[in-house]
This record gives sequence, C-alpha cells and structure tokens, in this order.
Amino acid sequence: MERTVSDRVFFHRLKINTRTRVMVFLCLAAVYLLGIFFWGLFMPERAFEVNYTDKLLPPGAGHLFGTDFMGRDMLLRSVKGLSVSMVIAFLAAGVGSVIALAAGVAAAVLGGRVDGFVNWCVDLCMGIPHLVLLILISFMLGRGERGVTAAVALTHWPELTRVVRSEVLGVRSSQYVLAAYKMGKSRLSVAWNHVIPHVLPVYVTGVILLFPHAIMHEASITFLGFGLPADKPAIGVILSESMKYIASGNWWLALFPGIMLLTAIMLFDAIGENLKKLWNPDNGNE
Amino acid sequence: MQSETGKGMALEARHISFRYRKQKDWILKDVSLTVEPGERVGLTGPSGCGKSTLAKILAGYEEPLEGEVLLDGSLLPKKGYCPVQMIYQHPEQAVNPRWRMEKILCEGWIPDEKLLEDMGIEREWLRRWPSELSGGELQRFCIARVLGPRTRFLICDEISTMLDVITQAQIWQKVLELARKQRLGMLVVTHNMALAEKVCTRILSIHDCSLTSINGGIAG
Repeated sequence: MERTVSDRVFFHRLKINTRTRVMVFLCLAAVYLLGIFFWGLFMPERAFEVNYTDKLLPPGAGHLFGTDFMGRDMLLRSVKGLSVSMVIAFLAAGVGSVIALAAGVAAAVLGGRVDGFVNWCVDLCMGIPHLVLLILISFMLGRGERGVTAAVALTHWPELTRVVRSEVLGVRSSQYVLAAYKMGKSRLSVAWNHVIPHVLPVYVTGVILLFPHAIMHEASITFLGFGLPADKPAIGVILSESMKYIASGNWWLALFPGIMLLTAIMLFDAIGENLKKLWNPDNGNE
Repeated sequence: MQSETGKGMALEARHISFRYRKQKDWILKDVSLTVEPGERVGLTGPSGCGKSTLAKILAGYEEPLEGEVLLDGSLLPKKGYCPVQMIYQHPEQAVNPRWRMEKILCEGWIPDEKLLEDMGIEREWLRRWPSELSGGELQRFCIARVLGPRTRFLICDEISTMLDVITQAQIWQKVLELARKQRLGMLVVTHNMALAEKVCTRILSIHDCSLTSINGGIAG
C-alpha cells in the first residue's frame, strides 16, 4: 500500500518535471539565442578590428576563440556573423510565413483553381533543388546582402504553405466544425473558436522551424561565394576563409564558429520541436 | 399519437436522389420519407446501402441532387440553429480536441443540471479534455449538447455502435425518455435489427436505392 502511494507521488513529481523541464529549456535557449542576436546587433565594428600584432593566436585567455590572420577576435566576429545571419533569417521567416499563411488559407478556403495554382507554385519551387534556386535568385539580384536576403526570403514558403493548407482543409471538414455550423455558429465564430486555435500552433512551430533552415542556407550560399561580400563578418565568410588556414594547423578558425552555427541551429530546431510537444492536445497535460 | 400533428409539421424528404460522383451509380433513387414529431423511425440495411447518406441529407449536411428536404413545409434553414440535429457514430471526432468538455457541451445551448444528471454526466468531467474521457462518456456529451429546446428532430447515425452493451442500454433509455418528453422526431440509423425493434415505432430498410417498410417496432 505504502509503495503505491510513493509511486504515485513519484509519478506526480515526474509529470510536473516534464512540463517544467521543457519550459526551462525553452527559456534558456531563447535567452542564449536572443543574447547572441542583440550582442551582435549592437556590437561596433571596432570590437573585432584588425590588429597585426595578435595575428593567428590560438584560443586562450585573451581571445577565447583565438584570432585570425589579421588579428581579429574570432569570438566577437562569430557572434557578429551569427547575428547578421539571424537578421536575414528573421526577415526570411517573416516574409515566408506571410506568403505561406496567405497562400495556404486561400488554397484551402477558395479551393478549385486557386488551390490548383497554389499547389502548382509549391511544386514548382520544391521541384528545383533549394540551393540552386537560392543561388539563381541571389545571383540575379546582384548577390550581396540584398541578393541573399531576397533569395532566402522567397524560397522558404512552400513547405509551410502545404502545412497550412492541409491543416485548414482538415479542420474545415471535421465533424465538430460541421456540427458547429448546424448549431447556428457564424463563419467568423467558427474561424475564431475552431480553426485559428487549431492552425496557429502548427503555424508558429513551422515558422520557428524555418529559422534554422534560413540561417543554414544563408551561411551555405555565402560560403559558396554567392552571398554576402567577403568584408562582412558573416558566418559563411568566416568558415570559407578558415578553409584556407585549416591545412596549416589553425583549426580554431573553423571549429568554434562552426560549433556556434551548429548550436544555434540545433537550439532553434529543439525549440520548435518542444513547442510542438507542448501544444499537442494529446500530451498537453503530461 | 401521430394523428394529432397538423399537416406539414414534420421532417419530410421528397423524391430524393443522390450519388457522390457523376460516373458512379445512384446511391438513393427517388426516396421519400416523412418523420412526424414524437415518431421514431428506424433505418436499416446492409453496409454501404446509403443509410448514412440519407441521414446526412435529412440533417442538411449533404444536398440531394434531386428532390428536397422540407421542415414544416419549407426548406431546411441554411443559417442559424438547425432544428434537425445529427449525432455521429464516432463521438471522439465530433468534439474539438482542444476544447474542455464544458465548452463543447455549451456550444449550442446551456444544458441544465437535470439533463446532465439524466444523461449520467458527472460534474467532474466538465473540466476535462476530450482525450481524458471514454467513447461512451463523450457520446453522452454529444447527445446532451443537441437536446436543446430548439431541436425538434434528431438524426442518430449508429450512435451506440462503438459502445458496450450496458452503456448502449443506458444511453438509449435516457435518449428515449427525453425524446418522449420533448416530443422529438427521430431517425435511428442502425444495422442492429434488435435495437431498431426495441426503440423505433416503425422500421424502414434501404434496398436497391429505395425504401421498403418492415414490420416491427414498438408503439410510440
């Protein structure tokens, strides 16, 4: 008897812990990412200025991530670079999510030709390898900051459009929505009480999961030389520069910025996945 | 009992024909059916014969290709509370999984304590989510939420098929009691002849796209 009681107490505590752990993790991850974002955003250029007396120093007390061939501090450069990537990712996610929402809802609600057209556009964009499409758009707009931003912003909507469309379609034909209409509810009331609460969590998770893609793609095309110019402290520029020095033993130039990029991407991904878990009605009370 | 009702005060299907796609065969052809208030019409037939389709048409969920559904002599209202309400086979699909039971129950009207007690709905369930209740418990909510004063006809599409025998008996007993009290007209779709004979005043069977009457059922 005593055992069952203690078991129950144990499980009860565990239950609270699962939810709390997710919340704590979400807060820490958000603080880390926002910290890097604002630190980089308000960082003056001279923080990582050229200093030839300190060039190619390995990681140490003065420079945690070491310095590069011009004596610039790699920690500060990486932070600035990541923050630049995040700005582009925010823009891309903003533009992409608005396109996705509008196109997805229009396809689901209007149906027929509109649906066909939206699906055709989605298939068209998804049919071309993503990186090729990014390079094409970026190259067409003259590369540089404008080119990358436009390319990243204009190519990240198709997956989310599909998700929004199928969610809206699903909930609109569900029995509880049909029954709500029969109980005299207006379209507005159904949209507000049934459709939006159903689609919003999926949509927000989708937008957050869009960030890591956008950051990764910005870094990729910059790394390949179709993105940000070489004088910008972008993470793609840092990594492509470091490739020249890795053979001569300057491993820290690639390792630390690489880890920072990876950490940021994995954190964004984990935030998205955890929010999905938190909002799922089936395990919302776990 | 039926003779008291004035002419036209009924749910009436007139010469209904229906098929889901142009190339497909007819599911219903020239079907006519009248359900009077206080009457309980059983509808049986083999799987896929169009029982549920006819139920959906009568409740206004599907438009018939030919013919019309009349309530008191005029077409079913498209907007506002529909006096013809339908209860589904799978209650877990008929409730929003993101709503608490309270909100689900009160979507159409506010049921009183008495009804909740009659339907065997416990107060404690109201604070729960749909995933925390069983099929039988959910079905009680689905029935209670359409038993408002504005409901005059109930279309029950296999509402007890998913439930165990005891729950089935309990739920039907309550529904019949309330239907008698409010003089609801009911269309009971089921493949269970024994159930139809127990609860209906007359029984119809769908065969080759049209209705035939079967003897049986109990007096109103």
